[in-house]
Amino acid sequence: MSATPTLSPNPIADLRQLFTFPFMVNALAAGTIVAVLAGIVGWYVVLRRQTFASHTLSVMAFPGATGAALAGLPAALGYYVACTVGAVAIGRFGGGTARRQGESAVIGTVQTVGLAAGFLFLSLNQAVLGGPETLLFGTFLGITRGQVIVLLLVAIGALITLTALARPLVFASVDREVARAGGVPVAALDALFLIVLGLAIAATSQLTGALLVFALLVAPAAAAQQLTLRPVAGLVLSVAFALLTIWLALAIAYFSIYPVGFYVTTIGFVIYLLARLAGAKRR
Amino acid sequence: MFAHEFVRNAWLAGTFVALACGTIGWFVVARAQVFAGDALSHVAFVGAIAAAAAGVDERVGIFALTLALALAMGGLGRRARADDVTIGITFAWILGIGVLLLAVLATSAGGASGITTANALFGSIYSLSASAAVLAAAVALAATAFVVAVARPLLLSTLDAELATIRGIPVRGLGLAFLAALAVVSAESTQAVGALLLLGLIAAPGGAAASLTARPYRGVALSGAIAVGAMWGGLALSYAIASLPASTAVIGLAASAYAGAGIWSRLARRRPSDALLSAGARE
Repeated sequence: MSATPTLSPNPIADLRQLFTFPFMVNALAAGTIVAVLAGIVGWYVVLRRQTFASHTLSVMAFPGATGAALAGLPAALGYYVACTVGAVAIGRFGGGTARRQGESAVIGTVQTVGLAAGFLFLSLNQAVLGGPETLLFGTFLGITRGQVIVLLLVAIGALITLTALARPLVFASVDREVARAGGVPVAALDALFLIVLGLAIAATSQLTGALLVFALLVAPAAAAQQLTLRPVAGLVLSVAFALLTIWLALAIAYFSIYPVGFYVTTIGFVIYLLARLAGAKRR
Repeated sequence: MFAHEFVRNAWLAGTFVALACGTIGWFVVARAQVFAGDALSHVAFVGAIAAAAAGVDERVGIFALTLALALAMGGLGRRARADDVTIGITFAWILGIGVLLLAVLATSAGGASGITTANALFGSIYSLSASAAVLAAAVALAATAFVVAVARPLLLSTLDAELATIRGIPVRGLGLAFLAALAVVSAESTQAVGALLLLGLIAAPGGAAASLTARPYRGVALSGAIAVGAMWGGLALSYAIASLPASTAVIGLAASAYAGAGIWSRLARRRPSDALLSAGARE
């Protein structure tokens, strides 16, 4: 690979430079898909207060990738399988939303079991993976065309499911007891949402790494909910923040030697802080 | 097995670290602060990396950063509790900084950082020196003693904050002190079990004890015993099976204890004493 690209005084030429290499085009396409998906799913996560569950699911990507490497399967497949298994495990043993004591201990245990399994796979199979850092902290290099297409399919599937569920899901998330009394199948919705969340996280973590999914999933959505409580406006704003985060981060990372994970988290954090300040001022 | 010095060091440090994790873990689960514990343990990793980048002893970095985060989380929230979105976004950002430091370290130290990273993330209990083991045991013992000493007021302020305030217990100060103790335990255990796996030793024994008994003091003792048992079993297992990392074995045993406790309490469901802690945990 050539030396680090440098910024020229001409912004248009710089922008054009971003699209010269196929790997960068793939990264931008994947980033856009992931940002739209994470922005929408994340809005529900913040509404339902499932931050801890989503962190745990994001960590499941680590045993997924190391296990897939050990079994000789593509890493992306491992991501999707492990995140779905984690979602089912949390849904089966944790049950429900909100921060209940039993549930948070279950989630924490699922998380460490996943990590411990990943560490076992990694130590059984040190040679194949360069090290745990890329898995945990992400890279935008080396995203293939095939990966982008799979991402697109997963995102479309997840978004169709969410759109179909939108009304009862918002209802059940805002007021669980009333929704249940009104005949909404709350438990089934919980389980289904966890699986959609698992898939979205598996998609996101391929780009941001397992530990940094939050920056795209939670920060834009939390910022949006600081600014507006209306669902449609909030969803649009959340997606817009997520897109802004990933585009800026990818562009900066392209011109710098430091990892994309740092830029994604920092931009997400700054957006959230600004939104919080703006939200506090309006109140 | 005990003929080797590194094994003796591991058992010494491991026993007391597990005792501290188990005792404090019961309160973490009862106070529904598992996510905060998770954040603290992940941040410990960034502390280790930051210390390595700055060229100081890694314990300095770990303790400084976990304590700072604990105080920040306590200061942000009412009753010394931050909400989950704030915790999530903040610690994702701190992890992002860790990624940056990792890259800085890799470019400056010429790739020697890989082992540090893996150790900080997943622990290497067998590489503790004799003095480090004694220090770990002492710190862990001090944290345990602190929690036991304040057990009564801490319990009351956990179960009924209003009543505790009326009776003159400084609920907020106690919450802060508890988070600080949790930070110290997280920081100390990072070297033994690793930043990513630490949560299992806190959440799983606490959850298991809470589902076995509703009596607080018995629960605390049981939680400590389960943690120590998992540590001993895990150390023995990993010594017997060379390819099994110690952290994985310990976490595996702790999680199995939780699963077993869950099954047992479900079988003995009718007992009224289960009501206190698992009330609301299931529907």
